[in-house]
Amino acid sequence: MAVAGVLHARVDARRYQTNAATRESPWVKRLILGLALAFFALFLLMPLIAVFAEAFRKGWFTYVTALSDPDALAAVRLTLLIAAIAVPLNLVFGVAAAWAIAKFEFRGKRFLTTLIDLPFSVSPVIAGLIFVLLFGAQGWFGEWLFEHDVKIVFAVPGLVLATIFVTFPFVARELIPLMEAQGREEEEAAVVLGANGFQLFWRVTLPNIKWGLLYGVILCNARAMGEFGAVSVVSGHIRGQTNTLPLHVEILYNEYNFSAAFAVASLLALLAMVTLGLKSFIEWKANRNAPTVGAI
Amino acid sequence: MSVAPFFNPTRQTRVLPGFHLALGYTLVYLSLIVLIPLAAVFITSATLSWSEFWAVVSSPRVVATYKLSFGASLLAGAINTVFGLMLAWALVRYSFPGKKLIDALVDLPFALPTAVAGIALTALYAGNGWIGSLLEPLGIKVAFTPLGVLVALVFIGVPFVVRTVQPILEDLETELEEAAASLGANRWQTFTRVLLPVLLPALLTGFALAFARAVGEYGSVIFIAGNIPMISEITPLIIITKLEQYDYVGATAVAVVMLVFSFIMLLAINLLQAWSAKRTGRDR
Amino acid sequence: MSIQVANIHKTFGSFVALDQVSLDFPTGALTALLGPSGCGKTTLLRIIAGLETADSGQVILAGEDASDTHVRQRRVGFVFQHYALFRHMTVFENVAFGLRVKPRRERPKEAEIRQRVHRLLDLVQLDPLANRFPSQLSGGQRQRVALARALAVEPKVLLLDEPFGALDAQVRKELRRWLRRLHDELHITSLFVTHDQEEALEVADQVVLMNRGRVEQVGTPNAVYEQPATPFVYGFLGAVNTFHGRIEGAHLRVGEATLAHSEDQGEVASGAQAVAFARPHELTIITDPGHDAGIAASVVRILSFGASTRVELDSLTPASDSELPIHYEVMLPRDQIQALKLVEGQRVRLVPSRIRIFQSQAA
Repeated sequence: MAVAGVLHARVDARRYQTNAATRESPWVKRLILGLALAFFALFLLMPLIAVFAEAFRKGWFTYVTALSDPDALAAVRLTLLIAAIAVPLNLVFGVAAAWAIAKFEFRGKRFLTTLIDLPFSVSPVIAGLIFVLLFGAQGWFGEWLFEHDVKIVFAVPGLVLATIFVTFPFVARELIPLMEAQGREEEEAAVVLGANGFQLFWRVTLPNIKWGLLYGVILCNARAMGEFGAVSVVSGHIRGQTNTLPLHVEILYNEYNFSAAFAVASLLALLAMVTLGLKSFIEWKANRNAPTVGAI
Repeated sequence: MSVAPFFNPTRQTRVLPGFHLALGYTLVYLSLIVLIPLAAVFITSATLSWSEFWAVVSSPRVVATYKLSFGASLLAGAINTVFGLMLAWALVRYSFPGKKLIDALVDLPFALPTAVAGIALTALYAGNGWIGSLLEPLGIKVAFTPLGVLVALVFIGVPFVVRTVQPILEDLETELEEAAASLGANRWQTFTRVLLPVLLPALLTGFALAFARAVGEYGSVIFIAGNIPMISEITPLIIITKLEQYDYVGATAVAVVMLVFSFIMLLAINLLQAWSAKRTGRDR
Repeated sequence: MSIQVANIHKTFGSFVALDQVSLDFPTGALTALLGPSGCGKTTLLRIIAGLETADSGQVILAGEDASDTHVRQRRVGFVFQHYALFRHMTVFENVAFGLRVKPRRERPKEAEIRQRVHRLLDLVQLDPLANRFPSQLSGGQRQRVALARALAVEPKVLLLDEPFGALDAQVRKELRRWLRRLHDELHITSLFVTHDQEEALEVADQVVLMNRGRVEQVGTPNAVYEQPATPFVYGFLGAVNTFHGRIEGAHLRVGEATLAHSEDQGEVASGAQAVAFARPHELTIITDPGHDAGIAASVVRILSFGASTRVELDSLTPASDSELPIHYEVMLPRDQIQALKLVEGQRVRLVPSRIRIFQSQAA
């Protein structure tokens, strides 16, 4: 359900302000701008600043101590591990789905696209719940898994599954509109010139979609590392073992260890800012290369 | 794996390779990760009789969560529609310092982990927080009240309206406003009679997206909500609570209600987007 | 209502769109602003409408300075190239828009709005389609709705920006005859922008030729076609043959040939470099091999369809060795061609019956 604004050329605002028909009176303009910026500051800017202010409230020493705590380091490792599994899997899926949907005509295509978007409209809590129902102690495969000594729920595999579920559509939904807009002509030309399937993808398709692909991967990664609700259900909150970074934040916070909680949270906030920075960079880059390709 | 004839492509487009492989993989992966697990919710809830199911999903404590979740989400969606439109308008039409930065930060709620947002908002709106300490003397308590839930839901909904309206605003030909002005319409008339009808489908889509997301939201809400039963408890939290009590079937029943709602919203959003494309489509 | 613009200057960055333009548009006339794209004609129209503001200069409507009047108050009807119809309103509501947004005390009653809209839709022959949406109309129908909408507020002047630009050739021809008839009925001071010389000459009472932000010539269609004031106007209005040479008294020397001209001797100095123009119908082909007047050329192609025949020729003596031969075009009535018995490749001489000479600016 995320709204992707990739590859949309920005228009110069000045042209509205020099045109008598598209310009508001100065005080109306000031009012709109004032309200919009106040809303922005109140709901977006201040929470972001608060994270860092709270993290450093008790000084650098507390901050560094909180981050070098073995449990925190274990959480970092686990978070990286989960993202390292979930993101590539969804990347491969996204490319395959976009290839089938964007380059071929078949019945049920729109329905399939809607199904791919489904995980975005499901509450993260339910995303966790479904894997508990399947693999939990009382779940469908619970007994079989217990007999064979395989742990999925309250263990790393469950965390990975829940993360794959919530980040499932990210790459696909970036690529589908992009590849649809690009059409089939270039690939068909490559086939006519004798390229095989691998050459076709590697030399023609991939260079055309690289920015959209990267965009999807970055958003997918941000969600994979930051997911809270779904992993919270399947984690079991075992310190040092099944605690991801966001879950570690929760534990510290619930123990009233606020400074440490915000210190760990500041790592995640930093990740968010890097994500947004890269996202802006890709948009800029993609617009510069192909200003006419647009996707919503 | 053989693919059902339903998914056969029309003949003429078979020039490109890899259709069956790509589609087959897509369908298998989709089924394993999404469809089969989601089906588990419906199948598990079917172990309840209709009256048992009804008893779970209509118990007073659960109904209180619906009221809060849906009410606060509707309100948050409405607030985001108004301010999201203003923010999109400012970003498209005005030049001001820091615009690029603000444009990028609009997506913060997509990128910032919800737990981080949750504790940050709590810190801001608690009685000793930057904003809470200003509101407290006025008798307004935000953190650990339903108002706190609203604040968190407004936060996570910000990008939806902005990002659906922004591209439509950018693509809008200035000719429409010029025509309206040359016919004597003032700025307000031009906005309400010419611009708003064109933006309406996008605004509604943004509202629906924000609303649907807010109803299912968990991470950013639970810290600031206080989670007091009957007062500030949201529906997703009820599912967790029931799971922690090993009431799998009860949790599943509530999940079914939420899933059905999600599917309805998904359908509504698809219809809205089709309408939006029709209204703003350039069919000259 | 009369329109005057005085010393209008407009720049976009370093680009001069309009360079001190002063014009007078007579009341009740249909004037064409004609020129190539980028000549400033649309900018001038938008400045008159109040959609754009000039850097300096005045727009005078009905004798009053309207430079600072907002587009809302100028009472100009504006028709956009791409119609700018409101997609979410029916044809009826589009036309009624200007009446419905009037301040309450000036706003006509609903019954009167109805009556006026239907009368306008009758005028543009679209009343049966009143309840359709713009997307259900053809391009020509949309443009007529746009015109009816602009007329609904009873504008004092009507401004049309490339009104037929987005239409295909057939509809275009039909619509411009229709616009002419409509203007004869309403007699509203009208300006339209076009880059199509045929359209301007056919429809307008007066043509303003513009190039690079300046006015090249103003006059009736006949006057600008017959008496082009500048080489640009000559070249822009229809096909033309060009001769570069030097003036020698009553003759122009072009290479080895000499052409007689009838310009006033006082205006063109003997010995000056000059360029001469002749329309295709102003050249005569002489097949007599003994004749030595005019320019030697060979027939390349003979294209005869319709009443007149076009003959394409190349000069025999290129201006210099490295250059391609100069290309000429002659238009002759069909019977004359048949009398000449021309064949492709034949050597002939070209004698202009009339040439117009412009002294070259650069030495």
